[in-house]
Amino acid sequence: MTEEKEHREYAGQFRRSWAKLKRNKAALFGGALLLLYLFTALFAPVLYPGSPSAPNLMISLEKPSRDHFLGTDELGRTIMGRIIWGSRVSLLIALGVISVGLVLGVPLGLISGYYGGKIDFAIQRVTDMMLAFPGFLLALALVAVLGVGLKNTVISIGISMIPIYIRLVRGCVLSVKEQVYVEAARAVGSKDFRIIVRHILPNVMVPITVQTSLGMGTAILFAAGLGFLGLGVQPPNPEWGAMLGSGRAYLFNAPHVATFPGVAIFLAVLSFNLLGDGLRDALDPRFRI
Amino acid sequence: MNNHVLKVEGLKKHFPVRRGFFEKVIGWVKAVDGVDFEIAEGKTLGLVGESGCGKSTVGRLILKLLDPDGGTIHYKGKDISALSRKDLKELRKEMQIIFQDPFGSLNPRMTIGRTIEEGLRTLGIKDRDERNTRVQELLERVGISGASADRYPHEFSGGQRQRIGIARALSVEPHLLICDEPVSALDVSIQAQIINLLKELQQNLGLSYLFISHDLNVVGYLSDTVAVMYLGHIMEYAPSEKLFDHPLHPYTLALLSSVPGRDKPKGLETRELRGDVPTPFNPPPGCKFQGRCPLAEERCRQGEIEFYRVSRQHRVRCWKVI
Repeated sequence: MTEEKEHREYAGQFRRSWAKLKRNKAALFGGALLLLYLFTALFAPVLYPGSPSAPNLMISLEKPSRDHFLGTDELGRTIMGRIIWGSRVSLLIALGVISVGLVLGVPLGLISGYYGGKIDFAIQRVTDMMLAFPGFLLALALVAVLGVGLKNTVISIGISMIPIYIRLVRGCVLSVKEQVYVEAARAVGSKDFRIIVRHILPNVMVPITVQTSLGMGTAILFAAGLGFLGLGVQPPNPEWGAMLGSGRAYLFNAPHVATFPGVAIFLAVLSFNLLGDGLRDALDPRFRI
Repeated sequence: MNNHVLKVEGLKKHFPVRRGFFEKVIGWVKAVDGVDFEIAEGKTLGLVGESGCGKSTVGRLILKLLDPDGGTIHYKGKDISALSRKDLKELRKEMQIIFQDPFGSLNPRMTIGRTIEEGLRTLGIKDRDERNTRVQELLERVGISGASADRYPHEFSGGQRQRIGIARALSVEPHLLICDEPVSALDVSIQAQIINLLKELQQNLGLSYLFISHDLNVVGYLSDTVAVMYLGHIMEYAPSEKLFDHPLHPYTLALLSSVPGRDKPKGLETRELRGDVPTPFNPPPGCKFQGRCPLAEERCRQGEIEFYRVSRQHRVRCWKVI
């Protein structure tokens, strides 16, 4: 009996998932990168005690050297220091964006999937409209309305993430709500709210977790994109995308100014994506985004 | 006999079949198409039929997990066919269901104690300690150690899980239990245990059962009255002994003669059933059983066949055998 087997397998699910994740070299690499990234963001003041924004025009556009490990930018600020402090900014944005997406997207997806009917129709049509735009374009349009800056970057990208969560959660709810235990809960008179929170939500957590990891990578990339266009976090705050954007002007005489922030963005996004893929494979092989 | 717990009359449920972009209704599946029966206080009605005949839908309709499209359901003399949400909550305390699948019916991410506790919340027991005590009592009552309330469903076997499902159903102190194929997913040795548990609970708690099954042996053992269902219709309805000793409907005969180990019913010519149950989607007019019936004649293909009363408690939907 396959269902019986499935349930037996559920027994050591956490242990098995962990074992599977440990065997996945790419995911481990992603996890290690992520730890490095978190460590850098957390201990930025220790790793680079000075101000990353104070200019020193005497040493502008210096090549990487012993004094300035990754060189300096056009205002003579140490790129190493700006990357270290920039990790804080990008992490903050990623966390903020995911919070907006989760807090609004997950409940809407739960409601849409569970109740169906007119509510579902309304939520889905709005979702369709939002998904019709490429995510970055939607964020860009929202920035145009809201204005630039850290807070608005988070809100804009966060909103562009909401429909992704709605779709994902709704789809999972549609299958979970047909489970017999949901019918049983209704039969014993449990309220809808309780059924959604206690029976449905825990059983859709796996895809939400995976999407959260992948979504953080996307958020960092989008934020860097906005920064690059000068529409994200504003100077003199150290933001990787903005650093990349200002370095573009010196691409030929001082390529390090644009290269190193680019590498930082690349590694941060890579860490989330590798870990997310690994989590997906480890937690539920049937599930594919 | 006026001490009916449940009286169902003309119960109907037609599911629309939709196609195309605009989800146009292109036809109806008459899952339940005019079903009548009663369940007496403390008694068991067996509802038998092949898979897909609508017997589980009947259970869901009575519980109001699905809304009927026609007919009435009287519970203890009160019409429950059109209840408000608030009254529905009261109804939940009166009747409960035990499901077929002991694996799918328990939330894998919830301890069995928490699962059983849900019914106690419906009863309005606010005190956590009291709920915990009651959970343990319920578990002990169905033969599971009260100490295992903190364990998860995957730690139990199929039979144990079915017991847990029964404990959940009992948590609201119901009077009527709808048993939807409660033993058909279990090993034969475990089946007997669960059936005996159900019998014991009936005696001790005075429960009434609607026992839905395709297994005639099990139904015969448990039921006081049996209803044989085929494609949304009840074909024969009689006290258990009568139905097994003197079956009338050709479908009942065919079902009985297909049970291994049981003596072939005497009397009418019987023939084993061939083919599958035809699809309930847009069936031909006349008797639903005509396509597989050895006695089918022209008249069976015209118009609805009446539900004839052969004796006070024996009814049959076949004009050829009365």
